[in-house]
Amino acid sequence: MILKLENVSKSFGALKVADSVTFAVPRGEALGIIGPNGAGKSTLFNLITGNLLANAGRIEFLGRDVTRAPAMERVRMGVGRSFQIPQPFEGLTVFENLLTAAAFGRGGREAEMVEDCARILDETELLKKANVVAGTLSLLDRKRLELARALATDPQLLLLDEIAGGLTEGECKALVATIRSIHAKGTTIIWIEHVLHALNSVVERLLVLDFGRVIGLGAPDAIMASKEVREIYLGLEV
Amino acid sequence: MTQLASYRLTTRTRTGTAAGLAALVLIAVGIVLPAFVSRSVIQDLFYILTMLTLAQLWNLLAGYGGLVSVGQQAFVGIGAYAMFAGVILAGWNPVFAILLGGVAALILAIPTAFFVFRLQGAYFAIGTWVIAEVTRLLVAQWKTLGGGTGTSLPREATGSILGVDAIRALFSVREAAARDILAYWLALVLVVAVTGGIYWLLRNRLGLALAAVRDNTEAAKSVGVDAGRLKWAVFLLASVATGLTGALIFLQTARISPDAAFALTDWTAYVVFIVVIGGIGTIEGPILGVIVFFILRSALADYGSWYLLSLGIIAIVVMLFAPRGLWGLISSRSGLHLFPVRRRLAGPKIEGGH
Repeated sequence: MILKLENVSKSFGALKVADSVTFAVPRGEALGIIGPNGAGKSTLFNLITGNLLANAGRIEFLGRDVTRAPAMERVRMGVGRSFQIPQPFEGLTVFENLLTAAAFGRGGREAEMVEDCARILDETELLKKANVVAGTLSLLDRKRLELARALATDPQLLLLDEIAGGLTEGECKALVATIRSIHAKGTTIIWIEHVLHALNSVVERLLVLDFGRVIGLGAPDAIMASKEVREIYLGLEV
Repeated sequence: MTQLASYRLTTRTRTGTAAGLAALVLIAVGIVLPAFVSRSVIQDLFYILTMLTLAQLWNLLAGYGGLVSVGQQAFVGIGAYAMFAGVILAGWNPVFAILLGGVAALILAIPTAFFVFRLQGAYFAIGTWVIAEVTRLLVAQWKTLGGGTGTSLPREATGSILGVDAIRALFSVREAAARDILAYWLALVLVVAVTGGIYWLLRNRLGLALAAVRDNTEAAKSVGVDAGRLKWAVFLLASVATGLTGALIFLQTARISPDAAFALTDWTAYVVFIVVIGGIGTIEGPILGVIVFFILRSALADYGSWYLLSLGIIAIVVMLFAPRGLWGLISSRSGLHLFPVRRRLAGPKIEGGH
């Protein structure tokens, strides 16, 4: 297993945002996470990346206990992420965004990272805009930059947070193709998404969160057919 | 897919190379200048160079590190007082005692950072100001160094400053003028070291990390940047250099008091003005800013409170119509960067990449 969570809990005051979350992800899998707004999906990502620390439970990455490890240590171990609302380094160019991620995420010299950054920019269709200041990018390019910057850290586990949200159908298709090709190269992916057709075209399993609890985990078809999931997530009367 | 064999990183520009050569010429001219200009010009240049050093350091904190401090006078003051203590209490030569200014500033900066790094934004700024005021009040209790009224460097100390005799012989000037020349040369060394050091830092990978932390701390952590350690390093570095500058400023005046050494207006408000009107977050901004500030100061100094009012109005106008300062306005229109730090990817398929 590349990632293992055992009874991970997190509360903000009286509000429980992760409630004894337990699941494991085998190396090379693409796992989708769905759930209503406020279910604790992004919080779960923050717990895995170390941007938030769990109140209880255990998180293992590559067999090592990282429950208390800071975010930068987990990045260097191979956990890369994108943010739900794109958070580019706005004053830096697209290339500099990637160079920062590559130099610090991998811990190498800038000059050694150039070819790899160019390759990732090409893969994510940002090569043409490499020297454009990130603060001036369109939403699609900001989403691409989120993905590219996460890839620049050379992740073994890639966490994508609603990367298809707000995109047109055509833009979404292009992004899905890119994600699929990244997955095909062996990168493990956990993807939070509300655009279900995009998500289901990539992932092998779906995990459903509600009020910080895991209420379903399995093959997409089985999960989408589940009565509880349809009631809670899709709001359908069954 | 594109063939990716020919991509390279470049920061060098023709303008940057020309500016670098011009800077070397200016430094050389600066070194020999005391042979050709009057003492009052040397004193003016000393003021400009020390204010430029303080402005570059504040710009490093606020413009690159996102640490908007309004308490830098704490480090000017403690640096100056440490130099006086070294001379008066330990009998050090004033030139060596300047180094004590850096050490004292470092010792003050560590607990200061411990407290103020728990605060964010405006609270951080207020926290730094409060610590500066507390330091001023504590130093005012130091009776050996004159308490609230202050003290002067002893005659025997100012008469034996390292290098002054050689300067007197070289330029055939009086002792006071030789002291000014020495202070000016030390200020020149300091401003070159600080500006060059900041430029090196920004071209180093730490420059990318600083920009990332300034733009988005959480995202910076998520790509492996140790934001906390970086802020500590920048704060301590700026504090030490500010302490050295403070010691040098008061070596030149040879007279100190808590009100002068810890003056908010002189060592922080003017410095912020210089950076804001010049252009925050650029090395060129403080250089342009200090020139504008000095011209305004010379032109308006006789108008009392109108002087400060004018500075305030000018700062507001610049903030409203040129939020990136005068240099920001110039560089956005002309594309000019005298100290280029931008990493460009050069190669096929990139807009402007060849």
